[in-house]
Amino acid sequence: MTVGRFNRHGVWAIYAFEMHRFFRTIWTGLATPVITTSLYFVVFGSAIGSRMNTSDLGVPYGSFIVPGLMMLSLFNECIFNASFGIHMPRFTGTIYEPLSAPLSPFEIVLGYVGAAATKAMAVSLVILLTANLFVEVQILHPFWMVAFLVLIAATFCLFGFIVGIWAKGFEQLQIIPMLVVTPLTFLGGAFYSIHMLPEPFKTATLFNPIVYLISGFRWTFYGKGDVSVGISLAMTGLFLLVCLGVIWWIFRTGYRLKS
Amino acid sequence: MDPVISIRGLGKRYAGGHEALKNVDLDIERGEIFALLGPNGAGKTTLISIVCGIVTPSEGTVTAAGHDIVADYRAARTKIGLVPQELHTDAFEPVWSTVSFSRGLFGKPPNPAHIERVLKDLSLWDKRKSKIKELSGGMKRRVMIAKALAHEPEILFLDEPTAGVDVELRRDMWELVRKLRESGVTIILTTHYIEEAEEMADRIGVIRKGELILVEEKHALMEKLGKKQLTLALSEPMDAVPDALAEWQLDLRSGGNELVYTFDANAERNGIPSLLRRMSDLGIGFKDLATHQSSLEDIFVSLVSEGSAA
Repeated sequence: MTVGRFNRHGVWAIYAFEMHRFFRTIWTGLATPVITTSLYFVVFGSAIGSRMNTSDLGVPYGSFIVPGLMMLSLFNECIFNASFGIHMPRFTGTIYEPLSAPLSPFEIVLGYVGAAATKAMAVSLVILLTANLFVEVQILHPFWMVAFLVLIAATFCLFGFIVGIWAKGFEQLQIIPMLVVTPLTFLGGAFYSIHMLPEPFKTATLFNPIVYLISGFRWTFYGKGDVSVGISLAMTGLFLLVCLGVIWWIFRTGYRLKS
Repeated sequence: MDPVISIRGLGKRYAGGHEALKNVDLDIERGEIFALLGPNGAGKTTLISIVCGIVTPSEGTVTAAGHDIVADYRAARTKIGLVPQELHTDAFEPVWSTVSFSRGLFGKPPNPAHIERVLKDLSLWDKRKSKIKELSGGMKRRVMIAKALAHEPEILFLDEPTAGVDVELRRDMWELVRKLRESGVTIILTTHYIEEAEEMADRIGVIRKGELILVEEKHALMEKLGKKQLTLALSEPMDAVPDALAEWQLDLRSGGNELVYTFDANAERNGIPSLLRRMSDLGIGFKDLATHQSSLEDIFVSLVSEGSAA
């Protein structure tokens, strides 16, 4: 018996292995985002939010930050899970097995990235449920909300996969999320509308790619974003393509995987 | 019958410029045990890694079970199992899961009966629920073999299967390899222990500095390897070997202080008793004697010097 065009058992083996790793730590994995989100609501929603002028947001401040909070944790979960998932076998040496298996690069990526995205989206949805306990949340465009969530999760998991291949050690795994993604998320309108910023910061912010992701995602909730939803969608697609391109190059050249 | 693995003009140059393999041609016959013998760094692992798809060749072609390992990698890799030299394992996984995982990875649907058979054959059945980190080194090695056998490969690569394994476990490993061959699996193993190749292999390939310098039936090679030397430290130095000792073709060394007799260790009559009797008849005394068997190192030296002389 030979393997056909698509090695579904192989993809499933990687996916199930990764999901099993997540389930081993499911309680800490879910408790952390719930507690963090609650803290954000206490600090930003109640303490600071009550002093914010939210007339041009159209919704109370507490509701306004929900999409941003979901994105913040989605970015971190995606990068952490996907980079750890591929870095660990490189570190322990067990990577020899997927590399010697009848799996195409696409199938390997699908297994690792699919599992990381599943976990990250689950955490985001838990945050949405937690937020629901504190504030009123409405989702005007549920289809687009799911579409953005899946697209952004896929993009950041691909990005995390690249980080996991690039990193030479565990400390390097932390550098990109801590030094790049978290600051850009905070500055990308997770907690405010960029229209609240004075110039030149308002224009400078438009060079932050995260702005477009958060804005688009917020649009699916409240029908209003900092930039038009078309641009948000186009930027998300662009990041996805860039990540796919880099991964294509990694497997083509064997960069840090094969000599 | 077509060879199960066919390697043609295989070369590997690493990014740093190191040439790990040079123009290797090799055919492995179906059902044989082939030992790749060579010192550390000779290119054994590189050769195996290329066939298994972990290292990209710089030049040359390889087919496994008739499938090109690059163009038709899915079909080729499905037929191959690999047990690497290092014990790379997922420490927190139970034995059963990790072996089942390997089967899935290679595109086979779950088959608990097969996994059970493999674990029982490898005496791992009792440990199936144990986490890998709880197992001894020898057990971990078995888990690696079980993983490689989980997808029912026709070809099994064992990279240094007994490196760092104690004598008793080594015997078990040899026994296991023989059983695998009986079940129809072709086995290619690498080793730098000559006894290991001698004990198990049908054919032996000697690799040195990336070149396959010799491929021979074990018995033919063992005859070459079977030479032993007897060194006699003489009580009195002599100028020349006496004519009466001519039939033993002795060498005089160390300024006439040592007589060296080269003999076939596998022969029934090695000529030592008769040599010693004749020497005592002639009144030639010696104060010490030692025998020395050609080591792998010596064989390499002689193979290489033969090569350059030709």
